Amino acid sequence: MSTPNLDRRQFLGKASAVFAGLAIAPGMLLFDFAHGRPAGEAASGKVRWGMLIDTNQCTSGCNDCVTACNKENGLSGGTKPTDAQWIRKVELKDMRSGRTASLPMMCQHCESPPCVDVCPTGASFKRADGIVLVDKHRCIGCRYCMMACPYKARSFVHEPVTGQNPDVPRGKGTVESCNLCVHRIDRGEKPACVEACAKAGHRAILFGDLNDPESEISRRIHTVATAQVRADLMLNPGIRYEGL
Amino acid sequence: MQRDSFTRLESRYFYALVAAGAMVVAMGLFAAHLMETHGHIITGMNNQIVWGMPHVFAIFMIVASSGVLNVASIGSVFGKPVYKARAPLSSLLSIALLAGGLTVLMLDLGRPDRIIVAATNYNLTSVFAWNVLLYSGLFAVVAIYLWTMMEQRMNPWSKPVGFIVFAWRIILTTGTGMIFAFLVARQAYGSALLPPMFIVMSFAWGLAVFHVVQSSMYAWNRKTLDPLILKRMKNLLGLFIIGTLYFVAAYHLTNLYFAKQSGFERFILADGGLYPWLFWAGYVFLGSLLPLLLIFYPGLEKAQYTVIASLLVILGSFALLYVFIIGGQAYPLSIFPGFEVSSSFYDGQIASYTPSMPEILLGLGGIGVAFLITIISVRVLNSLPHDIPDRRKQEVA
Repeated sequence: MSTPNLDRRQFLGKASAVFAGLAIAPGMLLFDFAHGRPAGEAASGKVRWGMLIDTNQCTSGCNDCVTACNKENGLSGGTKPTDAQWIRKVELKDMRSGRTASLPMMCQHCESPPCVDVCPTGASFKRADGIVLVDKHRCIGCRYCMMACPYKARSFVHEPVTGQNPDVPRGKGTVESCNLCVHRIDRGEKPACVEACAKAGHRAILFGDLNDPESEISRRIHTVATAQVRADLMLNPGIRYEGL
Repeated sequence: MQRDSFTRLESRYFYALVAAGAMVVAMGLFAAHLMETHGHIITGMNNQIVWGMPHVFAIFMIVASSGVLNVASIGSVFGKPVYKARAPLSSLLSIALLAGGLTVLMLDLGRPDRIIVAATNYNLTSVFAWNVLLYSGLFAVVAIYLWTMMEQRMNPWSKPVGFIVFAWRIILTTGTGMIFAFLVARQAYGSALLPPMFIVMSFAWGLAVFHVVQSSMYAWNRKTLDPLILKRMKNLLGLFIIGTLYFVAAYHLTNLYFAKQSGFERFILADGGLYPWLFWAGYVFLGSLLPLLLIFYPGLEKAQYTVIASLLVILGSFALLYVFIIGGQAYPLSIFPGFEVSSSFYDGQIASYTPSMPEILLGLGGIGVAFLITIISVRVLNSLPHDIPDRRKQEVA
């Protein structure tokens, strides 16, 4: 009986490990860097996407987030009472102190969204990762969600739409609102407004996973004073504001 | 005039009225078609005032359709023969008004073609979805109720079915009030007072519609309603008008007491332009105080005064609903309490709304549907109240 060739065995073992590593690494890297989700995989309830908006960094008169949102989602950018506006810049002035602030306002992606509660057909729904959406195939256009939303975040499509982004289907007679650029998130990108704000050098909008204690957004919420709009309603919005 | 010439004339009038009703319905359908083709851009509604004139018409008819059943309930549940004789007419009117109201509500949807989606997908936390069941259920229970009254061998069932109708319509109007009561963030709504307020409003508005139809039917058939019955029924209308006033007053007084609501109340009751006018002149004076005067002032016993009072109550109900639904949305949402707010999306501003012709025509189309159903069914189904003189005397005395 011959003695086993240990060198050969070690070589085979190491080679297999390297080969396996090479095979898995691109996938691991992709997952690690981009957090994208393969098509067909359901959104995870372990994640809760949210934003922290620093009103001290947000400049009055800057509209870059709004412009980026309109471009990304194929909105006209018009501001007539019938035009859809998914995100808007709100100028605030404290009635007593006179202190002013400027901030972007959009769907607050509540944990307990009133729009989802009141929707008769279930077209308004909350995805497992906390994003509040409208199923455009199920919305009958009753507008009850618009009556129920405490943030005036929703718009009704009053006329036929043209020039749509294939990723963001829209339709006359249905209700729509900020979807946190869900199509970008699923590709592992950040929402268009976040990117535009960073590009403008303000970095007023921080986007991330509120459920991950190690994420930048969670660490920041843990260390600085932040607030939710109409916190008294106990809806626990996923959008928080700093310096309000 | 000879009998057959009267019949011919009457028949001609009938078809003329049916044609007029059908034309109003056709105009409403045409308006709905325009809204479907062009979108809601051709209405006065927008992203600030999301519910407009069609909802004023629809909610009036739905609330009145429940209230008009009061006449039947007093007869079947509380066993009053005078009202029992009017139960078939009351049931027919209920179906007619509900059909009219729902037609408007459905045709105003952004996607009325998806009505099957609404019928097959129920979100059980939505009061709207509950109402879809309650509305369709009312059609069914009232139809069965009519059957038990009109088919002799089913007569014994009319009392228990009457009870079910009574319970159903109270729950239904509660559901209609809850559409607004469940709106957590709007200053005008979100009050537990609204469902009972809607119930009392339904009593008044439904009875007002009943009076108008009953008087028209008596005039058409050249009959005179017994003055004692008229007195009894108009006094009941007076009571319901006072009940509605009481709830509306309690609702506004509660709001006035809360500092956070004082801005809204000032807007609705004092400096909101059209809305205070509609509230005080339209609802309080023309829609409540004047009818009360016509009902209770001694010497005004003629049926015409009751009809005028009833028409004024209906007018007042439209004024109140306009203020409640449209005024309630026109006042800006309080998103940042304590701050002055401005934005491109009209935050912090009073929203403007001008009803457009298509939405008014759609609302009138709903009234047309109710009118057509009423006029055809009262002719086909002999529903003119037949009072039994002796029992009536006992009852009224």
